[in-house]
Amino acid sequence: MTIRFDNPDRPNSYIGKTVPRPNAARLVQGRGQYVDDVVLPRLVHVAFVRSPLAHARIAAIDTAEAARVKGVVRVFTGEELAAVCTPWVAVLAHLKGLKSPPQYPLAVGRATWVGEPVVAVVATSRLAAEEGANMVDVDYEPLPAVTDMMTALDAGTPVLHEEMGDNLAFRRLHEQGDVDAAFAAAHTVVEAHFTTARHTGVTPEPRSILVDWNPAEGQMTAWHATQAPHMIQTVLAQHLDIPEGRVRVICGDVGGSYGIKVHVYPDEVATAAIAKILGRPVKFIADRLESFNTDIHARDHEIVARLAVDEEGRILAMDVDDWTAIGSYSVYPRTSAIEGNQVVNLCGGPYDFANYRARTSVVFQNKVPTCQYRAVGHPIAVAVTEGLVDMAAARLGMDPVEIRRRNMYRDNAYPVTSPAMMRFEGLSHHASMNRLMELMDYDGLRAEQAALRAKGIYRGIGIASFIELTNPSPFMYGIGGARISAQDGCTVRMDPDGSIVALSGVTEQGQGTEAMLSQVVAEGVGVSPDRVRVITGDTQVTPYGGGTWASRGAGIGGEAALQSARALRHSILEVAGAMLQADPSGLDIRAGQVVDTASGEARMPLEELGRIVYFRGDTLPKGLPRELVQTRHFITSDYPFAFTNGVQASWLEVDTETGVVKLLKHWCVEDCGRVINPLLVDEQIRGGIVQGLGGALYEEIHYDGEGQLLNGSMADYLVPMAAEMPDMVIGHVETPTMESMLGAKGAGEAGTAGSPAAVMNAINDALRPLGAEVTAMPFTPERILRALRVIGN
Amino acid sequence: MKASAGGYARAADVRHALDLLSASGGMGRILAGGQSLVAAMNMRLSEGDMLIDISRIAALAGVEEQGDRLRIGALTRHAAIGRDPLVRRHAPLLADAVAHIAHSAIRNRGTIGGALAHADPAAEFPACVLALDATMHLESLEGSRDVAADDFFQDVFETAIAEGEILTAVSMPRALPGERQVIREVARRSGDYALAGICLVRRGDTHRVSAFSVGPRPMLAPGAMAALDAGDIDAAVEALQGEIDPASDTQASADYRGHLAGVLLRRAVAGLQGEAE
Amino acid sequence: MTDVFRDRIDIALTVNGEPVEARVPAGQHLVDFLRGELGLTGAHASCEHGVCGACTVRVDGQAVRGCLMLAVQADRTEVWTVEGLSDSAAIRDLQDAFVARNALQCGFCTPGMLVSAQELLEADGVPSREEIREHLSGNYCRCTGYEAIVDAVETVARARAGKGAA
Repeated sequence: MTIRFDNPDRPNSYIGKTVPRPNAARLVQGRGQYVDDVVLPRLVHVAFVRSPLAHARIAAIDTAEAARVKGVVRVFTGEELAAVCTPWVAVLAHLKGLKSPPQYPLAVGRATWVGEPVVAVVATSRLAAEEGANMVDVDYEPLPAVTDMMTALDAGTPVLHEEMGDNLAFRRLHEQGDVDAAFAAAHTVVEAHFTTARHTGVTPEPRSILVDWNPAEGQMTAWHATQAPHMIQTVLAQHLDIPEGRVRVICGDVGGSYGIKVHVYPDEVATAAIAKILGRPVKFIADRLESFNTDIHARDHEIVARLAVDEEGRILAMDVDDWTAIGSYSVYPRTSAIEGNQVVNLCGGPYDFANYRARTSVVFQNKVPTCQYRAVGHPIAVAVTEGLVDMAAARLGMDPVEIRRRNMYRDNAYPVTSPAMMRFEGLSHHASMNRLMELMDYDGLRAEQAALRAKGIYRGIGIASFIELTNPSPFMYGIGGARISAQDGCTVRMDPDGSIVALSGVTEQGQGTEAMLSQVVAEGVGVSPDRVRVITGDTQVTPYGGGTWASRGAGIGGEAALQSARALRHSILEVAGAMLQADPSGLDIRAGQVVDTASGEARMPLEELGRIVYFRGDTLPKGLPRELVQTRHFITSDYPFAFTNGVQASWLEVDTETGVVKLLKHWCVEDCGRVINPLLVDEQIRGGIVQGLGGALYEEIHYDGEGQLLNGSMADYLVPMAAEMPDMVIGHVETPTMESMLGAKGAGEAGTAGSPAAVMNAINDALRPLGAEVTAMPFTPERILRALRVIGN
Repeated sequence: MKASAGGYARAADVRHALDLLSASGGMGRILAGGQSLVAAMNMRLSEGDMLIDISRIAALAGVEEQGDRLRIGALTRHAAIGRDPLVRRHAPLLADAVAHIAHSAIRNRGTIGGALAHADPAAEFPACVLALDATMHLESLEGSRDVAADDFFQDVFETAIAEGEILTAVSMPRALPGERQVIREVARRSGDYALAGICLVRRGDTHRVSAFSVGPRPMLAPGAMAALDAGDIDAAVEALQGEIDPASDTQASADYRGHLAGVLLRRAVAGLQGEAE
Repeated sequence: MTDVFRDRIDIALTVNGEPVEARVPAGQHLVDFLRGELGLTGAHASCEHGVCGACTVRVDGQAVRGCLMLAVQADRTEVWTVEGLSDSAAIRDLQDAFVARNALQCGFCTPGMLVSAQELLEADGVPSREEIREHLSGNYCRCTGYEAIVDAVETVARARAGKGAA
């Protein structure tokens, strides 16, 4: 049972084609339904009193005045919610040594970051809840705050959580080969200190949850803007003492996630706890100011790394010392050690070398907790690796493309295991680089660059090869004890009118999951995609699954959909064979018709088959299986992860008087295996690139030494906007994974993984004749002028 | 982020607005385009205001020539200034500045009077009217008075507008034949507040220079002006450095802003030549 | 005389061509009124400080920030939201172009983006890509990277000018 994907003229050839997204027409008409659009009878709203100090003992809380505010229904403190909600501890067994203290929905006794929820005020409107929150009087006794990453483990630094013993949350050292000997013998060694700034996701739709508790049924229903409805179902059930089957999580339209909405947030659990206490629906929509000091942050890393090469530019060894500060708690249930762990796993990724050492040190501090955000760890690892490779090339006087070609795994080298012990099934670094060279006219650009430089115009070309981790198996979370499903499922059924309904455990966050599923199911069954209705995001309806994370929707959810669709096709043909007194193996389904495979002659439309099965079953042979519904689950098992690869290029100009960088153009060639919907994949890549460009040029959360967040608004935390972003050329190489029939790997994070490194290398390429180099993101005009020594340090 | 206003009243005319202001017990806030005030209210930086909505007072909007001066009503919206032929002809600096101010939807609502009264040291219009040697027209129940732009901007968000006064218009000398007006700024992103900006007006042989986002208010730079009058650009840049007072924030340090102001002054001077008619 | 300041004010306006009368709190912004009181949930509250543009609606023919205009200031105005612009088919070509080009992903910014784009498309001439980018620079989209949006607007601008697809 295979599909000839290489034959574009095959019947029902929807996989590989651009088909419209079924939900797009609704969204352009403003007919989406996001959580805040849902209104229920007796609805109340919650607002939170949040800690104004980075670290403080909560000495007393006076809620009397707040309770008297017109419209306020009830005020809750941490102790009150702790009585109905058990705390959580975000550790995973396979991340050895990871520690984090118990966390409650509202701070109990002590607040540990500016923005931590302390008191919840429930009222009949958000305005009244905010007014009430303003009237709560909390007596804070300041405690010393830990705010500096690199001194967090020093003896003189206070320990943030005394019971943890020290401020080290996690440390991992990986060593392969003889790194010291390789460095000692190297022709050239380059070393640099890289910084990636603290980011946050700035989802257009803020975090949103509406929870109702029906005590008569013992049923909790949560409308939640989430990537992982089943995970949230499990968490709410466990911590609020409700049977898992009595928690229903509904995820309708979600206004952007990017990893922000896959975590357990204390204020959201508090909302559920309050709903359970009050027995009425409670809505929490984070406002933008709370988003900045409560949505997870990410990417706050400092890295010192070295690369050793021989005289031919062959990489001999790489040595990475990564530090990251994760805020005051490891975030439940995925933990905050994964990002550092990814840096260890991904550095050096595209390259065939033997000696590798990497250490990550993950420390606590009194800031917003950090956790997994789009392309977890990738932009950091790629910047470190590609930055060093470019520095080595410059030192050797070698072209940056040439040094990469000398070191990238050969396209026929697979399967192979990297020095970070990552297993690659099949990648295409060289084919991707070749495609990139064609698309960008590399030699032509180099000539243009040289001509402009003679006129005092400094343009740069930056190249960044990368690998991306997708299609995760339970090796990512499950083996550590987290109830996070790596498996996903799809149920596909045919209704009497011959239309198909597909229920999937992966979710739609806007990336086009439902379109992807509709075309996979359409091809699998043999109908047009507009005859497939896809349902996602309802734990009471869909098969249990993991949702959207780590670029798994197409590769895992898509394969489950394809297998269940093919199984349904088989069931339909069994019935058709009986009706038509024909051998089912000689029948096919094409464009909604049962046909003779050989001649293509139409034998019966599916709606006729549906009519007979559902309404005139009496005419079918007794005992004929007539279930026109099939469910399949899929999990990857041959490899822990399906790695993809790609290469990006940035072309930009640096104004050496002002330090302003103008992005002129950007290219990305990537290999996500089977491309199911070219338009959707291209736009995932483009959107991802721009998210990375934000990190390269703009995004940086600033804290002062007291742990106060200084730029918590959209006026001050700069995200990419239309005027400054470049047009982007996207190309593909397809190396399907052999783990599945579909052959798809993930594409959601490739853009973000590589674009910051491409920009960094392009800036440094532009500045190299001036003897300047930048390695601290974002590359602000000021940092560039300081590198140029135009202004002093 | 839900605003809490103390109350609202819509003024029918300037006199009505002044009466309301007087009756507000010190809590009165003039609401014009609202593009800064409503944001501040949403963020609860301003609470309990008694809002006096002047946005429907038609007499306060519009541009007119008055002898050798151009008078712009306080309620004239940014977008209207950007496309007004009189402004383009007689005060092109303002028309050019509009493209730098925020974004289209903001410019559709924001008013020049609101921008001047708000006196954001990073905003374009205050620096423009300073460079244009404009006059602010204020009214109160006691009567009207004029304040020179040089005296109007006092500190961050602080102006010469007294309690009970409303800014009704700004006027400036019409550009002379051959006069050049140039604005140069660098912002992180289009429409963001500038990291630094320069307004430069050359009228005959004399120059006026104002700088924004490099001090607690838009800064006039007399030393730089004198140096430019003398034709010494290097001296002008050096003088400018002593006349601005940039601060550091999360976007840029004082050092960077100071350096940038110098670069922009040179570019503005180059602009005088490049755009000469 | 402070009683002339009201904390709830009666307003009368037309929304999507239909007359609306309401009593609104003094501090309530327009987008909360449209969403909460009229059930017009197409425009979104996202940043509520005028930066992101998700709340952009049309008031008297101009694109405005729904979070920076008080509901009371919409008294005696004509307001159009994405719902009305959809029902009247005024922006159908633009909506079709957005769908065809996949110029939206999560869709949260899209209603505001459409209102902003429509304002540009109503101006004279065919805007360049740079002008499109500049005009949309006050509308935040985290999903698309903007290029598809620029493409869709450019396509419609050319089509409306009778110059065919880009």
